[in-house]
Amino acid sequence: MEVSPEKAHTAVPVKKKKSFWKTALDQKLLYLMSIPFVIWVFVFNYLPVWGWTMAFQNFRPGRAFTEQEWVGLTHFINLFQDDYFYLVLRNTVAMSVMLLVAGFTIPIIFAVLLNEVRHSLFKRSVQTISYLPHFVSWVVVAGIVTKMLSTDGGIVNDILMALNIVDSPVQFMSKEKWFWWIVTFSDVWKEMGWNSIIFLAAMAGIDPQLYEAAKVDGAGRWRRIWHITLPGIRPTMMVILILSIGGMISIGFERQLLLGNSLVKEYSDVLELYALNYGIGLGRYSYGTAIGIFNSIVSIVLLLLANGIFKRFTKTSVM
Amino acid sequence: MAKRAKLSKTNLNERLFDIFNYTLMILVIVITLYPFLNVLALSLNESTDTVRGGIYIWPREFTLDNYAVILQYDTLITGFTNSVLRTVIGTVLGVFVCSMIAYTLSRKDFQARKFVSTVIVLTMFFSGGLIPTYMLIRDLGLINSFAVYILPGLVSAWNIIIIRSFMDGLPFALQESAKIDGANDFTIYWKIILPICKPVLATIALFIAVSQWNAWFDTYIYNSTNPALTTLQYELMKILQNTTTSTSGGIDSVRGQGLELMKRVSPESVRMAITIVTVVPILLVYPFLQRYFVKGMTLGAVK
Repeated sequence: MEVSPEKAHTAVPVKKKKSFWKTALDQKLLYLMSIPFVIWVFVFNYLPVWGWTMAFQNFRPGRAFTEQEWVGLTHFINLFQDDYFYLVLRNTVAMSVMLLVAGFTIPIIFAVLLNEVRHSLFKRSVQTISYLPHFVSWVVVAGIVTKMLSTDGGIVNDILMALNIVDSPVQFMSKEKWFWWIVTFSDVWKEMGWNSIIFLAAMAGIDPQLYEAAKVDGAGRWRRIWHITLPGIRPTMMVILILSIGGMISIGFERQLLLGNSLVKEYSDVLELYALNYGIGLGRYSYGTAIGIFNSIVSIVLLLLANGIFKRFTKTSVM
Repeated sequence: MAKRAKLSKTNLNERLFDIFNYTLMILVIVITLYPFLNVLALSLNESTDTVRGGIYIWPREFTLDNYAVILQYDTLITGFTNSVLRTVIGTVLGVFVCSMIAYTLSRKDFQARKFVSTVIVLTMFFSGGLIPTYMLIRDLGLINSFAVYILPGLVSAWNIIIIRSFMDGLPFALQESAKIDGANDFTIYWKIILPICKPVLATIALFIAVSQWNAWFDTYIYNSTNPALTTLQYELMKILQNTTTSTSGGIDSVRGQGLELMKRVSPESVRMAITIVTVVPILLVYPFLQRYFVKGMTLGAVK
C-alpha cells in the first residue's frame, strides 16, 4: 500500500495544526461529497430518535416541545397493564421464534443438499429459480399465498381433497391456528433460496481436497456433509445466527398486515402493527411511541445477549 | 470379495441419496414456480370459465380481456407511472449518492473518513421507529408528496458498505496518476472510479430498483389520501385486501366505455392480471443481473 503525500505530511508533528487546515482545504471536494449526506442521515435517521421523548409526554401535535405535558412513565405503565399488549407480545415472540428457526435452518439444509448436486446446469437452474420469490413484493406474495390456500381452486385444497385427507376445503386464511404457520411458510417460500446464497458461497470456499481425502477413507455422503461441509460453514452460520437473533423482535409487520384479516386478528397482531394502529390510526402518538421503544429495547438486549454468548463460546463476534 | 460387497453397498447408498436429492430439488422448483404459472394461467383465462375451476398452469379459454380491463382503471395507470418514476429516479439518485459517499470513505487519506463512516454505519443498528419517523416526515412537510418516495431512504448504509468494499479492492495507483495529471477528487470519482465499479453498481442498482418497485407501505402511510401519488403495489394491495373482507373488487374509477368490458370479467381475474403486471418487470431484469448480485451479496456479508 502506498502512503499518499497528504498522510506523509500530517505525520510531521511540528506542523500538525497548520497542515490539518491545509489538508482540509485540499480535500474540500471530499468534504463536499460526504458532509451534506451526513446531515441528511442525521435528519432522517437520528432525528426520529429524538421523537422518543414523545413516549414520556402527552404529545399533542402543533405544540412546541417546551409546552408539551410531561407524564413520565405513564404510557409504559398503561402498556404493561393492557391485556391486549400481552396477546400481541405472545404473537410477536411466537412468530419471531418460528421465523428464526425456519429461516435459519431451512436455507442451510437447502444449501447443503444443493451443494451435493453434481450436474452443474441443473444446480444453477435450481439456484436461479429459488431466488425468484425474493424479488417479488410481500403484496404479491400475500396475494399468491391467499390464492393457493383459497377454498375455490386453491391448489393446496385441491391436493388435500384428491388425497382424501380432508372432506371439504379448509379455510386456511380465516383459521387462527393456521396463521403463524402461514406466515412462516410464506417466509420460507420467499426467502429460502436467497438466504442460501451466503452458505453456498461459504461452501465454495471449502478445500476440495478434504472431500477427496474423506472419499478415499471411505466416508459416505452423510459423513462428508457432517464432517466437512457443516464445519466448513460454521463461522458463517454463527454470524448469520447472531444477526437473526438481533433482528428477531423486529420481525416487522408487513407479513402480518398483508396476510392477516379481522378473523385472525388475535393471532396476527404484532408489536409494530399494534403501534401503528394505536399511534397513527387512533392518533395516540405517545402510546404508539412507547410500544416502539419497548420493541427496540428488547431487540437491542437480544442482540447484545446473543453476541455476548457467542463471543464467550466461539471467540467470534459480529459487533 | 468382501470389499466389493461393501463398495456396491456404498454405491447403492450414493444412488439413493442422489435420487432423493434430485427429487427434492425438482420439488423445490415446482413449489417455487407453480404459483406464478397458476396466476399467469388464470390471468389469461376467460373469467366465466375460471369459475368452473380446474385451471392449473395452462389457460383453457384464452383471452386478453383481463388485461384490457386494467387499462380502464385510471388509478392503476397513475400507479404504474408513479412506480416507474420512483424506480427510475430512486435508483439513479441512490446509486449516485451511495457510490459518491463510498468513494470518500475508500480514500484512506480523507480526514473526516472515520467520522462520516461511523455516523453512517451506526444507522444500521437503530431506528427511531414507526411513529417518530412518521412525525418527522410530517414536520418536514413530506406527506402527500412524491419526494417521500425518494428522500428518506436515499443514503443507505448497507449499500455504501458494499460499494466501498469493492472500491477498497482497487489499486490506488489508478487515482494517483490522475491526481498528478491535475484531476480533482470529483473528477477522479466520476471519470475513473465509477466506470470500473460497474459490477457492484449493477448489484446496488438492482437492489434499489427492486425495493422501490416493491414498496407500498410509504404510499399507504404517507400518501394514501392523494390518488395522484398512488403506486402500483399499493393499488394491488388495496385490491387484494378487499377480497378477504368482501367479494367485490375495490375498484372505483372505471371509465364509461370500460363498463361493458367490466361485466365480462370477474375481479378475481383482474387481480391475477394485475399481479402479473407487477411481477413481470422484475422477472425480465433479474436473470441478467444474477451473476452481479450473488457477488454483491457475498461481498457485503463478508464485511
